[in-house]
Amino acid sequence: MRRAFRWLLAACVAIATTSAALAADLRPLVQTMGSGGYAGTEKALNQLSEAGDPAAVPVIEALQAGDLYVRKADGLVVIARKAGAGFALTDPLSGAVVGEAASGAIDKIKINNALRRSISATLGALTLMSPDPATRRSAAEAVFKSRDANALDTLNTAIAKEKDERIRRVMEQARAAVILTAGASEGDTQTAIATLTARGDRDALALLSMIAASGATDALKTAAAGAVAAVEQKLMFWGALQNLWYGLSLGSVLLLAAIGLAVTFGVMGVINMAHGEMVMIGAYTTFLVQQGLRTYAPGLTDLSILLALPAAFLVSGGVGVIIERSVIRWLYGRPLETLLATWGLSLALQQAVRSLFGPTNREVSAPSWMSGAFELGGLTITYGRLWIVVFAFAVFAALLVALKRTWFGLSIRAVTQNRPMANAMGIRTARVDALTFGLGSGIAGLAGVALSQIDNVSPNLGQSYIIDSFMVVVFGGVGNLWGTLVGALALGSLNKFLEPYAGAVLGKILVLIFIILFIQRRPRGLFALKGRAVEA
Amino acid sequence: MRHRMTGRVATFGISALAGLAMGAIAGSAQAADDTIKVGILHSLSGTMAISETTLKDVMLMLIDEQNKKGGVLGKKLEAVVVDPASNWPLFAEKARELLTKDKVAAVFGCWTSVSRKSVLPVFEELNGLLFYPVQYEGEESSRNVFYTGAAPNQQAIPAVDYLMSKEKVQRWVLAGTDYVYPRTTNKILEAYLKGKGVKDEDIKINYTPFGHSDWQSIVADIKKFGSAGKKTAVVSTINGDANVPFYKELGNQGIKAQDIPVVAFSVGEEELAGIDTKPLLGHLAAWNYFQSVDTPINAEFIKNWKAFTKNDKRVTNDPMEAHYIGFNMWVKAVEAAGTVAPDAVIDSMIGVSVPNLTGGYSAMLPNHHITKPVLIGEVQENGQFETVSKTPGLVPGDEWSDFLPDSKDLISDWRKPLSCGNFNVKTGKCGGKGS
Amino acid sequence: MLTRFFLMGLDRKAGLVLTVLALLAVLVPVMTLVVPEGSPWHLSIFSVSLLGKYLCFALLALALDLVWGYVGILSLGHAAFFALGGYAMGMYLMRQIGPRGVYGNPILPDFMVFLNWKELPWYWLGFDHFAFAALMVLVVPGVLAFAFGWFAFRSRVTGVYLSIITQALTFALLLAFFRNDMGFGGNNGLTDFKEILGYDIQAPGTRVGLFLATVAALALSYMIASGIIASKLGKVLVAIRDTESRVRFLGYDTESYKLFAWTLSACMAGVAGALYVPQVGIINPSEFAPASSIEAVIWVAVGGRGTLAGAILGAVLVNFGKSYFTGALPELWLFALGGLFVLVTLFLPKGLLGLWAQLTARLPSGKGKGAPNGKTADQKGM
Repeated sequence: MRRAFRWLLAACVAIATTSAALAADLRPLVQTMGSGGYAGTEKALNQLSEAGDPAAVPVIEALQAGDLYVRKADGLVVIARKAGAGFALTDPLSGAVVGEAASGAIDKIKINNALRRSISATLGALTLMSPDPATRRSAAEAVFKSRDANALDTLNTAIAKEKDERIRRVMEQARAAVILTAGASEGDTQTAIATLTARGDRDALALLSMIAASGATDALKTAAAGAVAAVEQKLMFWGALQNLWYGLSLGSVLLLAAIGLAVTFGVMGVINMAHGEMVMIGAYTTFLVQQGLRTYAPGLTDLSILLALPAAFLVSGGVGVIIERSVIRWLYGRPLETLLATWGLSLALQQAVRSLFGPTNREVSAPSWMSGAFELGGLTITYGRLWIVVFAFAVFAALLVALKRTWFGLSIRAVTQNRPMANAMGIRTARVDALTFGLGSGIAGLAGVALSQIDNVSPNLGQSYIIDSFMVVVFGGVGNLWGTLVGALALGSLNKFLEPYAGAVLGKILVLIFIILFIQRRPRGLFALKGRAVEA
Repeated sequence: MRHRMTGRVATFGISALAGLAMGAIAGSAQAADDTIKVGILHSLSGTMAISETTLKDVMLMLIDEQNKKGGVLGKKLEAVVVDPASNWPLFAEKARELLTKDKVAAVFGCWTSVSRKSVLPVFEELNGLLFYPVQYEGEESSRNVFYTGAAPNQQAIPAVDYLMSKEKVQRWVLAGTDYVYPRTTNKILEAYLKGKGVKDEDIKINYTPFGHSDWQSIVADIKKFGSAGKKTAVVSTINGDANVPFYKELGNQGIKAQDIPVVAFSVGEEELAGIDTKPLLGHLAAWNYFQSVDTPINAEFIKNWKAFTKNDKRVTNDPMEAHYIGFNMWVKAVEAAGTVAPDAVIDSMIGVSVPNLTGGYSAMLPNHHITKPVLIGEVQENGQFETVSKTPGLVPGDEWSDFLPDSKDLISDWRKPLSCGNFNVKTGKCGGKGS
Repeated sequence: MLTRFFLMGLDRKAGLVLTVLALLAVLVPVMTLVVPEGSPWHLSIFSVSLLGKYLCFALLALALDLVWGYVGILSLGHAAFFALGGYAMGMYLMRQIGPRGVYGNPILPDFMVFLNWKELPWYWLGFDHFAFAALMVLVVPGVLAFAFGWFAFRSRVTGVYLSIITQALTFALLLAFFRNDMGFGGNNGLTDFKEILGYDIQAPGTRVGLFLATVAALALSYMIASGIIASKLGKVLVAIRDTESRVRFLGYDTESYKLFAWTLSACMAGVAGALYVPQVGIINPSEFAPASSIEAVIWVAVGGRGTLAGAILGAVLVNFGKSYFTGALPELWLFALGGLFVLVTLFLPKGLLGLWAQLTARLPSGKGKGAPNGKTADQKGM
C-alpha cells in the first residue's frame, strides 16, 4: 500500500516535471504574446502553433476568451479573471496562482478577426488528438475551415488513430481541404475532390469552385467542374426546400401576429388597431421577466422565455380586458368607431411605453436552446425559427380547442352568433365580451414573446405587424380560424417564393396586389362565412 | 331646424378656430433679450424617435453645461425643443417655426437625409443655421448647413481599405436599406472597388425596405455568395430598426465574423444596446468615435452624460460626438464674431477648431464639413466596440465624391469671394456640372 | 343647368361655410401683405402656409366625407390619392428647377443624375407643362380610383373588406414609391422646389396666391359636394349607404353610383395633394403611409361624419392641435392625440357638429344603433 502510494507520487512528480520542462520551452513564446500589438500576438501564436505542444492550449483558449492579460508592472503575461473588485491572476501555463491586481494594473491582450481565425486554426490543430470526441470533431471542422497546411501531419496521425467513423470522415474532409489548398499530387487531389463532392455543402462548393477556376491541370479542372455541377444541383434541390422552410417560418410569424386579431376582429368584429401594441406589450413583458431573472435568479435566465409566456399572456390580456371594459364595450355595433378609438389607444400606448422604457430598443437575449442552427440534410434550420413554428401551431391548436371544446368557447360562439338569445339563456354577455377581448389580446402578448426573439423590442414593434395581420385575417376570411392559418402560411410562402426573383420590396408589393385581386374574386376571403347574417 | 343649427355652429367653429389660429400665430412671442435661443429639431415620436431622442438629450446637456460656464456672449442659452414626429413636411414646418417664431440663433437637428432635404430650402430662405450631426451620403453643400457627421470618404472608404488590406477580402456584398444614403455610398464603393480591380461578379448589391424584419432569405443568400472560394465581406448600410433582426438572423445562421465579416456604417452603441452581442463578436463598424475610446476628455463626457441622464447604462455614440463638436464650434464662432447674426457666424465658423472626443482637434473646412479621424471597431461581448484601426491623421470631409462621374469636378468653398457650394473646376463656373 | 346645380346645394349652412372661406380669402392677404410687420394684426408667411396646409387637409377630409359619410365607403387609403396628386404637382415643380439643381443638369432632376440615369423616363414627359401636370393631378388619382372601384364594387366587396384592401392599395403604393428604381426620388421624394408658373415659390406673394388657390379649390369642392348631396343623385347615394341591397332591388345600378362618387372623391383628394406640395415644399412616400389615411378618417370623425362642414372643421382642428402640441408639449402630443380619438368616439359619436345639434335641438339620445345586437348591426355600421 505504501509502496503503491510512493509510486503514485513519483509518477505525479514525473508528470509535473515533464510538463514543467515543456512549459519552460513555451514560456518565452507566451511571454511575447503581449507585445507588438496584433502583429506581435499573431507572430507568437504562429510559433506556438508550429511548436505543436498541447500544453499551449489553455493559453490560447484564454486568449480567445479575452482572459489573457499583461501585468503592467513587469510585463508578465497572465490569465486574469474577475474576482471581487479586482482580478485574480494565474500563470497561463502552469495554472499556479500569481496574485491579484486592480483592473488598472493589467492590460488585456486584444484580438481581432484575423487573430480569432488563427486561434481557431491553432486550437484545431492542437486538439485533434484530444480524448474528447466532441473536441476532436470541432477541431477537425476548424482545420477544414482554416485549411492550415501545418496541420497536415497531425491530421494524418489523427486519422490513423481515429476510431469514430463520423469524426474520421470530417478529418478526411479536412485533409482534402488542406490538400486542395496547399496543392498535392494529381491522384491525391482527385481523391480530395471526390471526398468533398461527397460532403456536398456550401463550404465544399467554395473549395471545389476554387479548383475549377484555378486547378493545376486541365484534368483536375474538369473533375472539379463536374463536382461543382453535382454539388450545385444537390444544393438547388435543398435550396427549394429551404425556401419552403422560410415560407413556413415567415408564415408562422404572421400566424402568431394575426391569430389574436382573428379573435378580436374575426370573432368579435372589433377592428382592433391596438392589436400591434398588445404584441409590443408582450415583448416588453418578456424583457422585464428576463431582466428580473437576471437580477434575482441568474441560474434561471435560460428559462425566461418560458416564464414570460404566462406573464405576457396575463399582462396583455389584462390590458385587453381593461380596454374592453373602459372603451370597447360602449362601441359594440359600431365597428368603425372601434377602429378610431383603438387607433387612438395604440398611439397612447406607444407613447406610454416610450416614456416608460425609452425610445431605444431593449435587449432580449435568446436562451441557449433557441440559439444556433442545425443541419437537416442540406437544410439549415435555426432553432429560434423552429421553436417559433412549433409555438405558433401550438397556440393555434390550443385556441381551437378552447373555442370548440370548452364552456367558455361555447359562450363566445353563442354571444357572437346571437347575442340576445345567448343573454336570454343566462350567459353573462358583458363578461364574455371582456374575456374574449382579453383572450385575443393575451394571444397577441404570446406573439410578442416569440417576436422578441427575432425582431426589435421597441415601441414601434406592433406597428410593423398590424397591416400584415389584417391582411392575413381578411385574406383567410373573417371569423374563421382555419382561414387565418391557411392565409398566414399561404402569404408567407408566397412572399418567400417571390423574394428571390423580385427582391424583398417588389415581392411584398406583388403579394399586396395579389391580395387586392383575390378579394375581388372572393369578396369575403378564402373561407367565407355563409348565411344571411353576413350579408349587409 | 337641425340643419340650420349645425350650420351655425360650423360657421362659429370655423371662424373661432381661424381667429384662434391666426391670433396664436400672429402674436408670436418676442424673443427675450437676455437669452440666446437654440433650436433642437429632433423627432421625439414616430419611427425616428429611437435614434433622435438621444440627440435631443445630449443637446440639452451641452446647453446646460455651457450655461454653467456662463453662457455665450454673457447671455444664457435657452433650448427650444420641438417634435417633428418623424414626419418630413413637419420637419420643414417646425424649422420655419423655430426660425421665424422663436427666432433661434442656430438649430441642431435632423437625422435622416429626407428630413435634411426637407428643411434645407427653409434654412436657405430664412438664412438660418443648421448643424447636421449624422453620417450622410454627401453630394450636398449648403451655405446654411454645417455637416458635422461623416461624409462617405470619412467612413466607407477607410473601412473598405481596412477589409482589403487586413482581412484580404476579395468579394463584396453591399447590403443597404433602399434610400439615398446607402444608394450613394454603394455607388461610391462600387466605383472605388472596381478601380481596385474587383470584378463585377464579385460585387453583389442588395436593397431592402425600411424596417425589413424577415432576413432569412437574404442572409442565406449572403452565405451562398460567400461560398465561392474567395474571402467575402458584407458592407452594411442597413438603417435603424432593420439591423436588430438582421444581426439576430446572422447570429442564428452562424455567420461568424471570422468567416464573413460585416462592416456597418449605421450601427453604433445605441443600436447594439438592443441586441445580444455574443454571436456578433468581431463584426465591424466604421465611425469617427466609439464610446470605448480611451481619452480623458471622452471619459469626462461619458461621466457627464450618465450624470445628466441619471442612468448609468446610457451609451454614447458617434452622432452625439458630432453634436458635441458642432455645438462647441458654434459657441467658439459666435464668441469670435461677437454676435449671433447668421452671416457673421457663418463667416467665422470656417477654420474654427475644437477638441473632439478621440483625443485630437476637429476643424471646420471651407466646404462646411469637418476633419475627423476614422475608427474601425469590432463588436465586443459587452456591446461596445474595440478600436482595431485608426487613420493616422485626420480625414477632411469630401462633400462631392471623387468616385462619381457627375460630382468629381465639383468643389465647395464658402469663403469669399468664391462662396459657392457646387463650383465646377473644369468649367470654372458655380452651378454644378452644366450640360 | 350648372348654376342650378350649384345653387341647389346652397342652403344656409353652405352659405355660412362659404362666407367664412371668403372672409379668409380677403383677410389673409390683407393681414399678410398690407398690414406692416410690427402690428399685432400682421400675419406671418409661416402662418399663411400653415393655414394653407390645414385647408389642404380639409379638402382631403371633405373628399373622404363624401364617400364615407354619404356613401358609406370607409376608405383607409385616401391618402394615396392625395399623394398621387401631390406627386403629379411635385414632378412639375421638379422640372421647373431646370439647371438650378446641384449638378446643374437642365433636364434630369438631381436624384436621377446621381442614379446615373441618362434620360428622363417616359412617365416624366410632359410634366414641364403646367397644364399637363394639372390634368394629371385629376387624371392619375381618378383613373386609379376608377379602376380600383370598378373591380371592387362590381365584385361587391364591401364593409371591412373594402377598407382593408384600400389599405393594401396605399401600402403597396408606399412600398413602390419608396423604391429608388421607380424614378420618383425614393424615400427622399421630391423637394427643393424653386418656382411655380414662373413665380418664386418662397416669395410671400406666391404663398398668398397658393393659399387663395387652396381656398378657392376648397370652396368649389364644397359647392360640388353639397350640390351632389342635395340632388337626386345624393339621395340615392345616402340610400346606398343605409341599405345598399334595397336600393339595388329598386332597380338602381348601385355600382355606377358608388363608382361616380368614389372617383370624384379621389380627384378632389388629388387636388388637395397638388395644392399641399408647393406649400409644404416636399412630397415623399411617407404620405402614402396607412397611418396618414387613418388620420384623415379621424379628422372626419372628430368634426362629424356625414356633415361636410364637420369634415372641414375636424381637419383644421386636429391639425392645429398637432402643430400646437408638437411645439408646446412635444413629449405629450401622442397622448393628446390618442386621447382625443378615444374621447371623441366615446362621447361624441357624431362629432363636434353632432354634439352641438344634440345639445340645441334636444334630439333623442343619439346612440343610434347603439345596443350590440350581433353581426348584422356590425356590418351595417360600416
